[in-house]
Amino acid sequence: MRREAPKSLADYAPLVFPGLMLIVFFVVPFSTMIAVSFFQRDPAGFYTVAFTLDNYGRFISLFFGRVLGFSLMLSVLVAICCVAIAFPFTYLLTKQSRKVQTVWLVVLLSVLSLSEVIIGFAWSTLFSRTAGITNLFVWLGLMNEPVALLPSFGAVLTGMVYQALPYTVLVLYPALVRLDPTLLEAARTLGSSPVRAFFNVVVPALRNTVVATVIMVFVFALGSYLLPQILGRPQHWTLSVLITDQAIYQSNMPFAAAMAVFLVLISLALVGLTLFAGRKENAL
Amino acid sequence: MSGLAINDVTKQFGDFKAVDSLDLSVPHGTFVCLLGPSGCGKTTLLRMIAGLEEPTSGSIVIDGQDITGVPTHQRNFGMVFQSLALFPHLSVGDNVSYALRIRGTPREEQRRRADELLKLVHLPGFADRPVAKLSGGQRQRVAIARALALSPRLFLLDEPMSALDAKLRESMQVELRQLQQRLGITTIVVTHDQREAMTMADLVVVMGQGRIRQAASPIEIYRKPADAFVADFIGSTNLLEIATDSAGRAMVQGAAIPGLAPPNGAAKASISIRPEDVRIAAAGAGTLDGTVTFVRDLGATIETYVDVGGPTIVAVTTPRERVDAKAGDRVGVVLPAESCVVVKS
Repeated sequence: MRREAPKSLADYAPLVFPGLMLIVFFVVPFSTMIAVSFFQRDPAGFYTVAFTLDNYGRFISLFFGRVLGFSLMLSVLVAICCVAIAFPFTYLLTKQSRKVQTVWLVVLLSVLSLSEVIIGFAWSTLFSRTAGITNLFVWLGLMNEPVALLPSFGAVLTGMVYQALPYTVLVLYPALVRLDPTLLEAARTLGSSPVRAFFNVVVPALRNTVVATVIMVFVFALGSYLLPQILGRPQHWTLSVLITDQAIYQSNMPFAAAMAVFLVLISLALVGLTLFAGRKENAL
Repeated sequence: MSGLAINDVTKQFGDFKAVDSLDLSVPHGTFVCLLGPSGCGKTTLLRMIAGLEEPTSGSIVIDGQDITGVPTHQRNFGMVFQSLALFPHLSVGDNVSYALRIRGTPREEQRRRADELLKLVHLPGFADRPVAKLSGGQRQRVAIARALALSPRLFLLDEPMSALDAKLRESMQVELRQLQQRLGITTIVVTHDQREAMTMADLVVVMGQGRIRQAASPIEIYRKPADAFVADFIGSTNLLEIATDSAGRAMVQGAAIPGLAPPNGAAKASISIRPEDVRIAAAGAGTLDGTVTFVRDLGATIETYVDVGGPTIVAVTTPRERVDAKAGDRVGVVLPAESCVVVKS
């Protein structure tokens, strides 16, 4: 089918509604946030309209630099873990019968219905000393006494991977279902064992999908602010936690806004860099 | 024995027998076409030979070595898939040398072999192109070159021409046959196109319902089909029920065919006669009389459809022996006894 460029004003009509929604719910709040990030904090009230770079200036410190670095590192790690787990899982899932696939996808979708709070508290129970999984290990004779697995970095990572995994599977699923199964068979007839063929045919053939999925999970993980608080120590708090803290508890909207803008810019830069690197590699 | 032997192989999917206790032996260097309608088990048989499906029972032996349990990647068979299955992330050259890369062959050696193979399939200098930029026929050749990279013991092709247009398909068939003869490699092609089989094969294996209906040279299959199924599937044919009258003569549509031996046994039988063997004569001068229902003049050949009171007989003639029959004319149809093959229906 040939696509024709819209000619009259009426051809643009379908864009009116989404455009309006985007303006009302994204452009306006985001612009407001950018504006607020230059305002002056008013300790007595909310903020006063001004133009100051203090909010950004305050951000440039070792402490916030370290939090930003940690947030990015955590998000990258979550994205890599999710794709590393979800890719083989989804691949094997697409090899199952339709019935089995449906059951798994329904289970995964039901995980999506859990809120971040519920996931956080469920894992905090599972990682606790009194009621956690270590009790099971003791009962099995693997451990001597139950221990608390939280607060810890591992607990934060586990919780966030758990939360993002269903999204990862759902994003990978369509691409893997469409993958020609004879690619793998062809590799096998050419002397490649099934595992090897998976890594040097299936994965590279879907490289763009993998990169897109990593970026999606990365952005998703960057916004997580409850799980690090529930499952981690203060040094495991991400920038999103600090933004929430500044905005809600310290009532410092301008500073929170400045941090949020900064976070958006950094993530955009990273995503852009990844895509740029991918394009360059493709051209070779 | 040198070559491939399939011994009593059965493949069952649930209750469905895709391949049913099949025996076949293929001498070394033979070009075999597995021919049959869809669902006859030909692709399943090929996939079992390749090791992509495991037989439910039976064994597959090559050059005296039982390979039934050997995994695909240790068999060293080249295979071309219906979808071609070229690796989209690799260049033409890297696709062709994939098997060498897996074996850890040095880079220059890979390159040299890829160039050599690409020359073999008439694509010299294509090594650095991306696969996505190739035409259908070029992709086909790359798939063939890739499958031949390790000089495989057996060359398997699953409906390799199905994605090509008719003209290209014909020339690729000739090319594939010439390539096979040059390399002397045992080749098995799955196809549902009888012209393709006739063009390329030394041995045509006609399959139906998981069994071999007939395995013979193309011309024998065409001239002496084993049964009505084979006769009907290979080329076009006229199948007419045959009966024996009280005098012991072979009767078709109530007319005796002089010189044709009647079928023995009580089983129902038919004669198969190729359209090019049927002659049109003046009314009353042929074996049967009938009415012309349609004349298809294709230029090179003329097909005349004659209704003989039930079945329609098709006669194919060349313009040189043109019969001036129009739809509605009464004509005689000559069925020469020597061209009639009695087959079980």
